[in-house]
Amino acid sequence: MHMIELVQIEKHFSGQVVVHPLSLTIKEGEFLTLLGPSGCGKTTILRMIAGFEQPTDGDIFLDGQKVTNLSPNRRDLNLVFQHYALFPHMTVEENIAFGLKMKKTPPSQQKERVEEALKMTQLTQLTKRYPHELSGGQQQRVAIARAIANKPKVLLLDEPLGALDLQLRKSLQTELKQLQRSLGITFIYVTHDQEEAMMLSDRIVIMNNGQVEQIGTPREIYETPRTLFAATFIGENNIFSSDGRLFAVRPENIRVVREINKASRKGTVQDIVYLGNVHKLIVQLDDEPMNVTAALDFADDRTWQIGEKVGVSWNPLHEVMVGS
Amino acid sequence: MKSKNHPLLGLHSLLMMIFIYLPIVFIVIYSFNDSRINAKWSGFTWKWYSSLFTDRHVMEALMNSLTIAVVSTVVSTILGTVAALSMRTTGSKMRAGMNGLLYLPIIIPDIIMGLSLLVLFTQIHIPLGKITVMIAHITFSLSYVYVIVTARLTGMGKQLEEAAQDLGASSWQTFRYVTLPQITPGIIAGALIAFTLSLDDFMVSFFVTGPSSTTLPIYIYGQVKRGISPEINALCTILIAVSVILILLAQMFLNKGQGQKKTTLPL
Repeated sequence: MHMIELVQIEKHFSGQVVVHPLSLTIKEGEFLTLLGPSGCGKTTILRMIAGFEQPTDGDIFLDGQKVTNLSPNRRDLNLVFQHYALFPHMTVEENIAFGLKMKKTPPSQQKERVEEALKMTQLTQLTKRYPHELSGGQQQRVAIARAIANKPKVLLLDEPLGALDLQLRKSLQTELKQLQRSLGITFIYVTHDQEEAMMLSDRIVIMNNGQVEQIGTPREIYETPRTLFAATFIGENNIFSSDGRLFAVRPENIRVVREINKASRKGTVQDIVYLGNVHKLIVQLDDEPMNVTAALDFADDRTWQIGEKVGVSWNPLHEVMVGS
Repeated sequence: MKSKNHPLLGLHSLLMMIFIYLPIVFIVIYSFNDSRINAKWSGFTWKWYSSLFTDRHVMEALMNSLTIAVVSTVVSTILGTVAALSMRTTGSKMRAGMNGLLYLPIIIPDIIMGLSLLVLFTQIHIPLGKITVMIAHITFSLSYVYVIVTARLTGMGKQLEEAAQDLGASSWQTFRYVTLPQITPGIIAGALIAFTLSLDDFMVSFFVTGPSSTTLPIYIYGQVKRGISPEINALCTILIAVSVILILLAQMFLNKGQGQKKTTLPL
């Protein structure tokens, strides 16, 4: 069943196209991520779904109902803002109860829902605190609790972990994923962090310059990127051209050999990168002005020298066409 | 550790402070002087203060000042706040122009404000009195309220209101539960400034006041022409004290609200 349906929505700001016509359906309970560099239009799409921006053209459906012209307070979905936007003059509890109060939910039910949201986000100890008395991670949790207390059909998240440090971000990513599973509601997540997108999402929409580059599961996007942008934005990739066509080969599919004659291309080792779980060689090709990155196999215990002549090759099955 | 500042800097600030505050200190000291002659100190007394409160003219001027200050504060606070709120939804070109017009009364010399209002009131035949002084005070106080509330609104941003709307609040609920509580410290600060400005104003009032609407500053001016009496010193001391307290309160309200950018008074 479709929870969200975008039909040819587009957005122009003062004559400039920010989002090119886009159609997309999102299933109930799906975790969908809009991924792309800043300024690619992902936040604008999210804000159109939330109702803060009006699409220049096209329609938005929520659970079968057309919501294109509905104001934000009449849409049964909630947005977690990038900088949380907690109400500074209200306690944690009051912040979380805000949506229920506005909709005049009976007090007994309000209390129940607030407690439930507090429990799910592990905030039970902090109910009487004000936002400025909380750490960044705790504020983030309040923002999520405030949204889920309304039991929305869809939760929109605009780079919700962007302002946090790496350690905290990692642990909150896991929490978010678990939360989404236990709530079973549809999440639409905006981020520019490709690793985060890969880890959380059921499907990823890669965006660039207001256009969709590819939509697919993390595996599809990693293994068969359809455009040059998709191939280089997610993970590392080597882009080769032959006969006017471009194809990509992942570093882990590149083989490096000392027997130069057996390889398809020749080059010189330019750098050796050892990161514990990955061991990479950067090879400068002789005939082309490009570097090839090769991720070595774990079992590989050959020692390499910078400046050494090597050959690189790959199985043609691992070539992915990404354009011409 | 010793301060790296040049020793002369300290001396300089001391001299500056003396330069600025010495006249005020003298007025305060002599308001407690037992002798009627200012130049000679002959012991501490409260008697000039108590005689003030039995002086019919002083009390009348005080009542006039307070009535005018209260009315002009209430009206200018409401108008200034509404102006600040409505200006947010105005287009940017229009807003720039309106901003300029609203800032102007702060910059225009008081004497011109007073004179132009006097010309206006005479032209349209409004008799000079409390009403004209109130209108005059509203015209300049409004700008200050507008500036302060606008600063507060800008500091607040749009996200909180969007969050409220997203959570199901209607426009009115958003204003009532989010916008208003957020800008209340600004409104109170603006009102306190408006009150202080009205209470202290001499120049503009001087032009538009009538026989029955003598305010405290105008009364003081009239008295001083006949020589400075200790009662006037006492009256000035009270005015200084009230103004300082009101401005400190306004400053306190402006800084209220954690996580908000600190704003200082545009005085």
